[in-house]
Amino acid sequence: MEQTFNISVFTENSIGILNRITIIFTRRHLNIESITASECEVPGVFRYTIVVNTSEEKVIKVVNQIEKQVDVLKAFYHSDSEVVYQEMALYKLPTNLNNGGEMEQILRMHHARILSLSPEFTTIEKTGRPEEINSLFEALHPFGVLEYAKSGRVAISKPMKTLEDYLTEMSFEV
Amino acid sequence: MNKMNITGAESVIRSLLAEDVSTIFGYPGGAIMPIYDALYDFREQVNHILVRHEQGAIHAAQGFARSSGKTGVVFATSGPGATNLITGLADALIDSTPVVCITGQVASHLLGTDAFQETDVIGISMPVTKWNIQVTKSEDIPAAIARAFYIASTGRPGPVLVDITKDAQFGKFDFQYEKCSSIRSYLPKPELNVDLLHKAASLINNAKKPYLLIGQGILLSEAQNELMTFVEKSGLPVASTLLGLGAFPAKHPNYVGYLGMHGNYAPNVLTNECDVLIAIGMRFDDRVTGDVSRYAKQAKLIHIDIDKAELNKIIPAEIAIHSDAKEALTALNKLVQSKNHDEWLNEFRKLELEEYEEVITDAIHPKEGELKMSEVVNLISEITDGEAIVVTDVGQHQMITSRYFKYQKPKTNITSGGLGTMGFALPAAIGAKLGAPEKEVIAIIGDGGFQMTIQELGTILQCGAAVKIVILNNNFLGMVRQWQQLFFDRRYSFTDIKNPNFLKIAEGYGVSGEKVTTREDLKIGLNNLLSNKNSYLLEVIVEREENVFPMVPTGASVSEILLTEKHGTNI
Ligand SMILES: Cc1ncc(C[n+]2csc(CCOP(=O)(O)OP(=O)(O)O)c2C)c(N)n1
Repeated sequence: MEQTFNISVFTENSIGILNRITIIFTRRHLNIESITASECEVPGVFRYTIVVNTSEEKVIKVVNQIEKQVDVLKAFYHSDSEVVYQEMALYKLPTNLNNGGEMEQILRMHHARILSLSPEFTTIEKTGRPEEINSLFEALHPFGVLEYAKSGRVAISKPMKTLEDYLTEMSFEV
Repeated sequence: MNKMNITGAESVIRSLLAEDVSTIFGYPGGAIMPIYDALYDFREQVNHILVRHEQGAIHAAQGFARSSGKTGVVFATSGPGATNLITGLADALIDSTPVVCITGQVASHLLGTDAFQETDVIGISMPVTKWNIQVTKSEDIPAAIARAFYIASTGRPGPVLVDITKDAQFGKFDFQYEKCSSIRSYLPKPELNVDLLHKAASLINNAKKPYLLIGQGILLSEAQNELMTFVEKSGLPVASTLLGLGAFPAKHPNYVGYLGMHGNYAPNVLTNECDVLIAIGMRFDDRVTGDVSRYAKQAKLIHIDIDKAELNKIIPAEIAIHSDAKEALTALNKLVQSKNHDEWLNEFRKLELEEYEEVITDAIHPKEGELKMSEVVNLISEITDGEAIVVTDVGQHQMITSRYFKYQKPKTNITSGGLGTMGFALPAAIGAKLGAPEKEVIAIIGDGGFQMTIQELGTILQCGAAVKIVILNNNFLGMVRQWQQLFFDRRYSFTDIKNPNFLKIAEGYGVSGEKVTTREDLKIGLNNLLSNKNSYLLEVIVEREENVFPMVPTGASVSEILLTEKHGTNI
């Protein structure tokens, strides 16, 4: 059965490692729904959050292949219920001061905020689940969304074991 | 080992010396010229074999690695030199062969500019290397090479590639070499899980029909002695994958044969009868399993492999042990009980007899008609007592050799298994000979495959490797023709191959030889081949439309293996 999985990959900061990881997905015809990367809590170690829709059987095999890469420290997969996750979106709209407070209502209701304001356009920021981001998009649609950009997912796992625990288990200094 | 103010190029050679490299297979060109220039000063210490094509270099390095157990080393230039390595890299990756390729690259300021002979070698080779790296600074060279050797040869071995820009080869620095002994993100030697091992032993001890499958992992971890102890103690039948041949002597009473599509009858059929299946250092390739949904369903599987990603990948294991084969076997030997399974072994013997009567007798002792590949291979096996290093190419002759050569010793079976690369055998045999000069090296090649890397006769001419070449000439791309006959209504679409005069070509390269067409001449021909001190080519004209049987047709279960054509092929 297909479901959404959040794959977390911890790697050394080496050139080309992202390519090595994505090849594993391409080869198995797996679409990456979103991918984000940044340095994690351990200095010098990078964290990739990769979201895919697939079966658990497949995700296990993919994670094994990822972990097999020389520069990968550890890879995990979690279902949506096992992670806390967020995405962020920016919306650019024409600035229109005569909307009778309707805009204010929408922003309050959606817990969104205004990032920048200029005579020509307004930028709105919203963080949340994909559905929430989408529903704000729908609400803003009538005002004419000029541009819309959304980040990939960032996720943190609920189980309490930390990466450092794993690294220590793998017997090297953190 | 330290040396002040040397060029990056010289540091490459000194690093290789520090890794105990004695042989390099390579081909020069613009972007690797500084390294070749440095090599000129080390001609006495390193044997550089000039090949005739870079594909030849990497296959030779693979042959060298497989016969010697050491890491093969390849030099190639940028662009076309490097792209010519790709087939060999893919071959070495899928067959777990340790190879270090060093390629020259355009100067770093030209990277990404489409400079002359610039290709994205790192990008192209990424899916076919265990690891690769581009070095743009001289002082980074030693550490990169140290890592390369460490990664190539440890864990599940594989090919690595180090791409070095020309400016890094020219630059000077103070050389120091330190071998790599660990990388924090890479754990080549997993810790043995003792609990699982006890469970495995108890499963084996309580089994009525335990059955052991072995693969190349035994050879790579040099576990043949531990394997022998394990088998003789626990008394179970042993079968081998294509790459595992030689890990256990074929003439041993517990050996029941070769697995897979063209393997022996008993080991395939009885896979679906055993109660405990133990698989060590093998990965359940589809050529071994046939239809996986009908593979050993009744059995509990104990799978031992050093590559964690292979466990539960194809066949779910009851007990998956992530371990080096030798370590696991050493530990298991203390836990398994002495047993004999004669009755169970007899079931194998019964089917073996059936195969013998229906297939083998005719194949190795035909009374009339043209020569058969199988009788040639059988005779080579008898004359050499199964002890020669036999290198095969890809096709019918390869399957026939795997069936009829009785491999007795480890590291004597060299073939392209996972990738099935035609053109592998000739260069691999050259490498194998250089890796084990004291051994007889016989390359058994089809007339098609021989022409894929025929230019490597030039390498033999130059380096003098005494490789014995047997061409089994059926004037067909035989294996494809067999499939056309069986599954495509005998429509022989472009498999009828017109061949050159092989002997004349060989003669042009200084390799003498002869052609045999009759049973009477075969023995004499083989004697000439083996008694010659130098390389020799024996062309054997064999039956044009001989088919390899038994066969597990695509999509069939291993137990539906067809003993002969008569058993039906319309699957
Ligand atoms: C590089 C490459 N191209 C194509 C194939 C497909 N193929 C597999 S076996 C075979 C025929 C080999 O013919 P030959 O070398 O004469 O050996 P035979 O089967 O007759 O023993 C071919 C074309 C391959 N394995 N490798």
